Amino acid sequence: MSDGIWIIVIGALVAGSCALVGCFLVLRRQALMGDAISHAVLPGIVIAFLITHSRNTLPMMMGAGALGLFTAFLTSALERHGRLQADASLGVTFTWLFALGVILVSAFTGHVDLDAECVLYGEIEYAPLYRAFWGEFDLGPRAFWILLAVAVANTLFVTLGYKQLKLCAFDPGLAAAVGINAALWHYLLMAFVSITTVGAFESVGAILVVALLIVPPNTAYLLTDRLWAMLALSAVLGALSSVGGYLLASALDSSTSAAIAVVSGLFFILAALFSPTHGAVPRYVRRRRLIARTQAFAE
Amino acid sequence: MTLTSNAPAAPIEVHDLTVAYHHRPVLWDVDAAFPESQLIAVVGPNGAGKSTLIKAIMGLVPLASGEVRVFGKPVNETRRLVAYVPQRESVDWDFPTTALDVVLMGRYGHLSLFGRPRKRDREIARQSLEKVGMQDFAHRQISQLSGGQQQRVFLARALAQQTKVYLMDEPFAGVDAATEKAIVVLLQELRAEGSTVVVVHHDLQSVPEYFDSVMLLNLRLVAFGDVASTFTPENLHKTYGGRLNLLTEVGEKLRRQEWNARQ
Amino acid sequence: MTIGALPPWLSFFTLPSINVRLVLSGCIILGLCSGVLGCFTFLRKRALLGDALSHAALPGVCMAFLLTGTKDPLIILAGAAVSCWLGAISVDLITRYTRCKEDSALGMVLSVYFAVGIMLLTSIQHSGNAAQSGLDKFLLGKAPSMLDRDVWTLTILSVIILGAVAVAYKEFKIISFDPGFAQTLGLPVRVLEVVLATLIVLAVVVGIQAVGVVLMSAMLVTPAAAARFWTDRLSIMAVLAGVFGALSGAAGAYISYLGPGMPTGPWMVIAVTSLFAFSLLFAPLRGFVPRFNRTRRTRRRTAQENILRTLYVLGERENRLDASCSETELLKYRPMRASALLSTLSQLEKKGLVAEDSAGCYALTSDGIETGARLTRLHRLWELYLATKLELAADHVHDDAEEIEHIITPELEARLTAALANPGEDPHARRIPGGHPAAQAGEQT
Repeated sequence: MSDGIWIIVIGALVAGSCALVGCFLVLRRQALMGDAISHAVLPGIVIAFLITHSRNTLPMMMGAGALGLFTAFLTSALERHGRLQADASLGVTFTWLFALGVILVSAFTGHVDLDAECVLYGEIEYAPLYRAFWGEFDLGPRAFWILLAVAVANTLFVTLGYKQLKLCAFDPGLAAAVGINAALWHYLLMAFVSITTVGAFESVGAILVVALLIVPPNTAYLLTDRLWAMLALSAVLGALSSVGGYLLASALDSSTSAAIAVVSGLFFILAALFSPTHGAVPRYVRRRRLIARTQAFAE
Repeated sequence: MTLTSNAPAAPIEVHDLTVAYHHRPVLWDVDAAFPESQLIAVVGPNGAGKSTLIKAIMGLVPLASGEVRVFGKPVNETRRLVAYVPQRESVDWDFPTTALDVVLMGRYGHLSLFGRPRKRDREIARQSLEKVGMQDFAHRQISQLSGGQQQRVFLARALAQQTKVYLMDEPFAGVDAATEKAIVVLLQELRAEGSTVVVVHHDLQSVPEYFDSVMLLNLRLVAFGDVASTFTPENLHKTYGGRLNLLTEVGEKLRRQEWNARQ
Repeated sequence: MTIGALPPWLSFFTLPSINVRLVLSGCIILGLCSGVLGCFTFLRKRALLGDALSHAALPGVCMAFLLTGTKDPLIILAGAAVSCWLGAISVDLITRYTRCKEDSALGMVLSVYFAVGIMLLTSIQHSGNAAQSGLDKFLLGKAPSMLDRDVWTLTILSVIILGAVAVAYKEFKIISFDPGFAQTLGLPVRVLEVVLATLIVLAVVVGIQAVGVVLMSAMLVTPAAAARFWTDRLSIMAVLAGVFGALSGAAGAYISYLGPGMPTGPWMVIAVTSLFAFSLLFAPLRGFVPRFNRTRRTRRRTAQENILRTLYVLGERENRLDASCSETELLKYRPMRASALLSTLSQLEKKGLVAEDSAGCYALTSDGIETGARLTRLHRLWELYLATKLELAADHVHDDAEEIEHIITPELEARLTAALANPGEDPHARRIPGGHPAAQAGEQT
């Protein structure tokens, strides 16, 4: 397979995984959790790096996953025990962890081959270069296998936990009343967001993750009134952004990750304007018609 | 808990119930046993702790003291026996889901951890929607429903839980006259089937017409009993009239823990 | 650095080079401005607006460079301001005209604008334009290489920002607190919101130069959050947040001076977060430790008062108020841990309220009797109030009174007495000390 196809496939896998967990973030009004976690994992990655002296995926994922959960934990601790409002708790937590990460990077910059920018902005173009091998046999890009695993894990999580996730997002009161442990499901969701972020990170960068976690779900939110359709649609929209982004990036000779995020943003704008049910233009047209009809009726 | 006594346990019993938010008690020492097969109104001024009482019975807020028993058992063991209708504002009506789907959520308590709703659950949900006269709106997105229709969907969801005890937090708030009538008919049907329905209610005028018993609440239990003997001008005056300055002030002091003021 | 033999940690304070002075003043001004402005977004529950806007500046930076081909800071700043501003408008449009929620709008603006910026940036880099190097400094900030004119720009902009806040303080206050109410007062809420957003844009634009995109959001959230722990008043909060911001700016400059290669921006954030952590823990008003201490003090006090009252009631029974009583007896009437009882007793002894006799028994002193009488009186008054006014059953009132007797102020006591017409007996038909003399006389005969 050509590198181009690999890039699109990897992008689509990221998009799919992000969309599945992102939908629940959006519905629970925790959209910025993705942004926060993707920044806050930086020190985790650096520490894993310093301990193992390698860019091995597993320790990095563990380091980052731990920091992701820590962010979620610290945020709710500040909120509950510090009596600080939710958005500020999140802001304080992740900026602090990110600053810590940047300092670690610059303190050990001589020792490690890692810079904050590459972690944050990622280069999906290079993803096909790092291959996975089975003995001598070239299995394809490593990122593909990592992201495939993440995508499968997320799909399983969302299908198995569908009713709990849905109920916790829609009506936490009823969830508690029927005996669903809301805190447990919150942290499970955060864990999967962290895993997704980290899995995607290495190959595509944080910004793409943040964008794909929330932009396609919000686009789907404007297009459908069913949760399962929102999940499916946002995954599809994410995958389409991957194709569109690749083409756009080739045309402009720019970063593919960023282009994918930009294309997903374009889809959102289109949906916000023209969605048959919730778009601004159809709504405007309907209202004008209604006014015209009432006026005609009045005359 | 062994049920040795022959007398059946009351559907809901609260004993010595005190609930506090941030150290400030909002319900003091409520003691009551809710009788079976009755429609019971919970009435009182704003901030009297009506919703808190319902939430405390459901185990949704921590108790400062006291206990709640449903059919003689602690509520954690009997959640499935109680259906709860929250205030309409408590959920996000933009949520991408349909009326039927919301009703189906009422079945979640009956499903196993990863279990999916079965055909039977769907059937129950559909019947519940029919009972509230909303079958034609089953596939509407919930934000497209009117306030009264949303309330009916919530009721249908409680019906789908198929229980004997219903707790409803202001089901009549902001609904049209037709819905109000429909809800009342439904409540009466539930009573005929032997269910106990506790309703937080605002409209004093309709209490004698709709309900069998009434609980008058203002931070503490003022009176509780059948409407004829309890719903008297005198009790109402005690509930709404007398301002409990000392009680509220003491509550406020407890919150602020201004214990150094004395001496 | 060149100054004499002073070690670096001292020589910093002599402001040895123009560079040090520039960085220091730049960081302080920046911290001050963002701290003050952050209060308004914080109270508006839009703490992460700064985060979104600082990301949204990137495409403007790149566009300004692409269009003009120069890296003149003023032009770059203008570009950044324009795209920040568009970002703020986009957030507003999304929340107003779609059903997407505010957090989603912030997140989408943040990531998509930033992605556009990265696209432009990579596109410029790939085009091989040699002049572009250094544009990416806008991502992580470049405080150490601040120039004279950077600091001047900063100063002028901060004077504008602080001046605007001072002039429109009352208006900003009300739109952060209750925009709906502001509208009913006839205030131009939309205009004010745009002005506030513009000020934040200005702060962000100058700030990302120094500390970079992500860390700029910290400077807009953390000082305000820290200040909130100290006060309940906006004016004090704004001043405090400004001071916290300025202090951490100075700390950042100091640390990066000490450690070569230490980035200024991240250290500023670490400094401000440390201030936050300190406030969270120790601020007298809302800090964690003072709250915890207050609870502990009350608990200790409650224990003391309970023992006093127990001794008093036991004395009453024996008709001798200074009757002594052993530990085991006390424990029988008031179950608690023996060690807790001992420490409470010794606290009471120190206060001169209780005396221990040679047999190891405890008795009330004359002061102790006085206090005990008052406590017993309050307990019984409250029991009576609950029983008569709230119609609680007599067997229910004891526990409540137990809790409440400890917090009754003299005014409350007076009102309680008045409400109950200075009664002589509690619901358990026990005498209330200091109660109505007639009733007591009647009881005694």
